[in-house]
Amino acid sequence: MFKFAPLGPQISVYEGNAHDSYVNEEEMDWDDDLVGNKTGIVAPGQTITSVTEFMRGHGTFADGDEVAATVAGTLQRVNKLLSVKPIRSRYVPEIGDLVVARIVEVQPKRWKVDANGRQDAVLMLSSVNLPGGIQRRKLESDELQMRAFFEEGDLLVAEVQAFFMDGAMSLHTRSLRYGKLRNGQLVTVPPILIKRLKSHFCALTCGVDVILGVNGYVWVCKHVKENEQVGEDGFNAESVYSNKNDYIDTSTRLAIIRVTNVVKVLAQYYVSITDVTINHAYDWVVETGHEPTDLLHEDVAEALIQAITIS
Amino acid sequence: MSSRVEILNAGGYRSDGRTQYELRSLEIILGDSSRPRTINLHDSASNPHPNAPDGSAIVGHGLTVVSARVFGPREPLLRREAIHDRAKLSVQVAMLPFSGGMAGRRRGRGDKRLLELGAAIESTFESVVQTGLYPRSQIDIVVEIHQQDGGTLQAAINSVTLALTDAGVAMYDQVVAVSAGLHSTAVLLDLTHHEENDMPHLTVAVMPRSGKVTLLNMEARLHVTRFEAVFKIACEAVTVIRDEMNSVISKRTTSLVASISDSAGPRNLRAGNEMDE
Repeated sequence: MFKFAPLGPQISVYEGNAHDSYVNEEEMDWDDDLVGNKTGIVAPGQTITSVTEFMRGHGTFADGDEVAATVAGTLQRVNKLLSVKPIRSRYVPEIGDLVVARIVEVQPKRWKVDANGRQDAVLMLSSVNLPGGIQRRKLESDELQMRAFFEEGDLLVAEVQAFFMDGAMSLHTRSLRYGKLRNGQLVTVPPILIKRLKSHFCALTCGVDVILGVNGYVWVCKHVKENEQVGEDGFNAESVYSNKNDYIDTSTRLAIIRVTNVVKVLAQYYVSITDVTINHAYDWVVETGHEPTDLLHEDVAEALIQAITIS
Repeated sequence: MSSRVEILNAGGYRSDGRTQYELRSLEIILGDSSRPRTINLHDSASNPHPNAPDGSAIVGHGLTVVSARVFGPREPLLRREAIHDRAKLSVQVAMLPFSGGMAGRRRGRGDKRLLELGAAIESTFESVVQTGLYPRSQIDIVVEIHQQDGGTLQAAINSVTLALTDAGVAMYDQVVAVSAGLHSTAVLLDLTHHEENDMPHLTVAVMPRSGKVTLLNMEARLHVTRFEAVFKIACEAVTVIRDEMNSVISKRTTSLVASISDSAGPRNLRAGNEMDE
């Protein structure tokens, strides 16, 4: 909450220049010639620098000689390249990112997929693993039964393969780790909270698997044992494209809910979500003996955040 | 009715105790609007609901309260509406039935006045948002008027600016609006409903960085010789509102950056498999 009564009677003195930069002169000495407050945090329209030798990157634009921010976020400088990373935005894809996504539409030879980007992503029929051979070419019969692989509403894990001319992303699931998701539930978090990790498939200590999609979609599911994973030779469409959940016992279900709520709380307090933070928070929940649903109460959530950030 | 109340009394005060150039108290809530307005250590930054807006803000100018939510940039709901080289902006304005205002009339979705308000906001922001960065997508803006006490348009524009900022949509500048009116020869700023009824008034939306005016809305007649004075003072007042909006934005950005870096900081909370940057 924020209250403010800005103008007193003294406003009748109109001598100031309306176009002054609102960064105080004393605060301008941030980094070389960068104008920006000491924290490096900028708002849209704020002048970053008036030195012409800087290059402007994402989140900035050139206004005459000046470089100004177009989003609210943190200023980043790599040599002469200035960019502003927005603190909140939709997912901005990069090739090789692991994403969790949902099918929204089946089209000829392709699926339209919601991956939290600014446009729907595309999953081509040619970039999924087809039943039968490991790397077989698509046939006409595959085109006619695309819904046997993915239907509207199905969740899948995939990798960003390429971009189209308009910036839409193309996905692929040509790995045995990728494909349809089942035995779990989805949590959505702001994409900025998911850092790029070496592996986004995390087996937590509590016996639950988590897939941290870089696009902010997090999949929490029952643990799959290494030796039970569908192997190269044992690839069969039955299990990969199955719509049926395995049997999940009550304790696993509870663990899944606990992890889900932990992720929700972390996201709500804008804490980065990694396997380590989730494990840490999960341990705290178990130690303090809170029920999974208790986490959604504000006081418990706050205690959790306190515990994992000040330790 | 209103003529019995002095707009500006002999002491130079208005009916609500403000002076000529004094703005009403400004209340800004940036971010998740679904939560109750509690003073929180961490303002809740993210709403995990899948259909939650990408950005939202509530702006109150005195008793006028307007909220804005931004969805997108996202896939256009109707594919034929997609524009191949830029984003489409669509603004919907709703007046909540209890929002009151002495006009007292309920306005539904198709109301001409609301459509006009939406069109004004749309054309204001079309030139400010960097739509070229988001080809074939759509940015939906939903404005809801919660309480009315004059200056609805200014509150709507200010809240949309903040909501777009919160959604991380790239803009060349912010757009900041304020209303001003003329009472005989005295210029008054940030009018209440009462004052709006009694004098010619205008709403000015300015891009404070360049000083360019993106919107000027005047429904009454005002003599040319008087216009300039009103217009100039309104343009100056905009910078004060801009500073307040910026302080809220930077406060929120700072707190979000802090909570992200707190958890990723050197407190052995780094992910075991985190990549080296």
